Amino acid sequence: MSDPVPLGDLVPGLERERRLAEIRREAERRGKLDVVGGRPPGAPFPQATPETGYYKIPLLKEPPWKWEIPLYFFVGGAAGAAAVVGAIADYTGVDRKLVKHARWIAAAGSVISPVLLVADLGRPARFLAMLRVFKPQSPMSMGVWTLVGFSSGAAAAAFAGFLSDRYGPSLPLRWLENAGQAASLAFGLPFSNYTGVLIGATAIPVWNRNVGDLPLHFAASGLAAAVGMLELMGHGKNRALQALGLGAGIFESWEGLRIEGRSDPHLDPLKHGASGWTTRTGGVLSGPVPTILRLLSALGGKRRSASLRRWAAWSAIAGSLITRFAWIRAGHASARDWKLPLEIRSE
Amino acid sequence: MSVTAFLTDSTLCIGCKACEVACKEWNGIEGDGLDWSGFSYDNTGAVGASTWRHVKFVERAPVPGLGGNAGEQASWTFSSDVCKHCEQAGCLEACPTGSIVRTEFGGVFIQPDVCNGCGYCVTACPFGVVARNEQDGRAFKCTFCYDRQKVGLRPACAKACPTESIQFGEIDELREKARLRLEELHRRGMDDAAFYDPTHTSVRGTHAMFIIRGDPRTYNLPPSPQVPTIYLKKGWRSSALAAGLLLGGTLLALLTDGRSGR
Repeated sequence: MSDPVPLGDLVPGLERERRLAEIRREAERRGKLDVVGGRPPGAPFPQATPETGYYKIPLLKEPPWKWEIPLYFFVGGAAGAAAVVGAIADYTGVDRKLVKHARWIAAAGSVISPVLLVADLGRPARFLAMLRVFKPQSPMSMGVWTLVGFSSGAAAAAFAGFLSDRYGPSLPLRWLENAGQAASLAFGLPFSNYTGVLIGATAIPVWNRNVGDLPLHFAASGLAAAVGMLELMGHGKNRALQALGLGAGIFESWEGLRIEGRSDPHLDPLKHGASGWTTRTGGVLSGPVPTILRLLSALGGKRRSASLRRWAAWSAIAGSLITRFAWIRAGHASARDWKLPLEIRSE
Repeated sequence: MSVTAFLTDSTLCIGCKACEVACKEWNGIEGDGLDWSGFSYDNTGAVGASTWRHVKFVERAPVPGLGGNAGEQASWTFSSDVCKHCEQAGCLEACPTGSIVRTEFGGVFIQPDVCNGCGYCVTACPFGVVARNEQDGRAFKCTFCYDRQKVGLRPACAKACPTESIQFGEIDELREKARLRLEELHRRGMDDAAFYDPTHTSVRGTHAMFIIRGDPRTYNLPPSPQVPTIYLKKGWRSSALAAGLLLGGTLLALLTDGRSGR
């Protein structure tokens, strides 16, 4: 018997030797190991080196969030932007229906957002633990207080609006409606984009490299989704919404070009692999597709124009949703990188 | 009480994992199983929610002659990794509940009864130390044996270490000890012995310092770790700009064209 037989093969029940036996077999068969660090001549084991780190084991932990958090990013972004559109439509104008629908989107978001956060945390009481401190240096603390302010305002405005529609206007209701609307505007502005700061100020390379872009990117994404929802609720002919949707679409196209155009290895998770394709899908649906559809709708006849804007709205909503998931997936891929987090420097 | 620290000297570590076991026993942490990771005699690969001390088995290219090494044999060092207890700690800054606090001994402590399991500290740690326990959702890491220090005891890992590779004491004294130890190692010809304590970075030093050999990256220690709060200014500036653009754009669109349609 000339070949050494791995211990794991001799003792069938010895599960703990299994991985070691696998590696020995692989090293023996191919004379080298690709999955791990370099190999000194004659040794079947991988090496730890400055170039490979500690056997290419990732330094960072992956973000522990599941689907609830990216969905919350989407809902919060759309709700925040909808509150801004609703409040400004109320202050400037005439279209009462637009105000009402925007308020309903904001109010729905103000309810769904905390529910998603509680679902992520596991128990409602855990949400309350965040309300015991106010911590400016923690974007999550700032975010949760923004959420509380926004949710109270948006819910109050929608509730008061509903009551005065139903039972007739009264002074206290008007007061509540106005205060709620002002709060939903003031908090809705940061609420639609703070999640960009939230993931930007972390140790995950692909996120912190984009900390200057993410809030703008997320605000445009939220606005595009809010505009899309309003258009689908029967405001498909509103030219102001068309202009806002066009603005958001153009910004998202530019953001996509900016991501694709930089050859920074930190951005690889946005370009390669599953997270890269998710990012591209989200980017195309948020940027060029709605932009082109909106421009075409300005040219065509009435019926065709309405249908094009409907498609633009659906595309923008889907793009916004996919974009949030894409950024979280990219964060996972970036955290699994064993090299870049080790090489981190100050800017 | 004075400000304390760990000094983990990898040139003294024999890889016995007594620190891992002592930590688990004292803190009542669940076992990690006995599976090999496939990397030398390493079991878990990194510190985690149930691994607060972790012995790294660093196998490198042969260094002939050093320590009596034969030329063809890989050099082998061990290093017991732990939470770095940063002077400017990403997890502490990020925690939205105030669960993570700085203790009177200088360590960074997660109060388990306050932690709500948001997981933000996990993404904020530049050393990848903090991890979420999947069963109950909360974040866990080395407590710096706050309970033991409170009554004047050494942390369990330092107490159990049979070679005093893990030393515990007053931080300035340990820095001086490390300096003397490095001098001695260099005198003996171990030229690559180095001290790891990133005081020059935004982390501003740690309460868990290491004596290692060669490049810190070999030990999965970033040479220049950064606390994520350095990104806040840029982020909030962009957030303010985004809010301004959203407000201005919406005003402009609705003022010029609010009446049309419908």
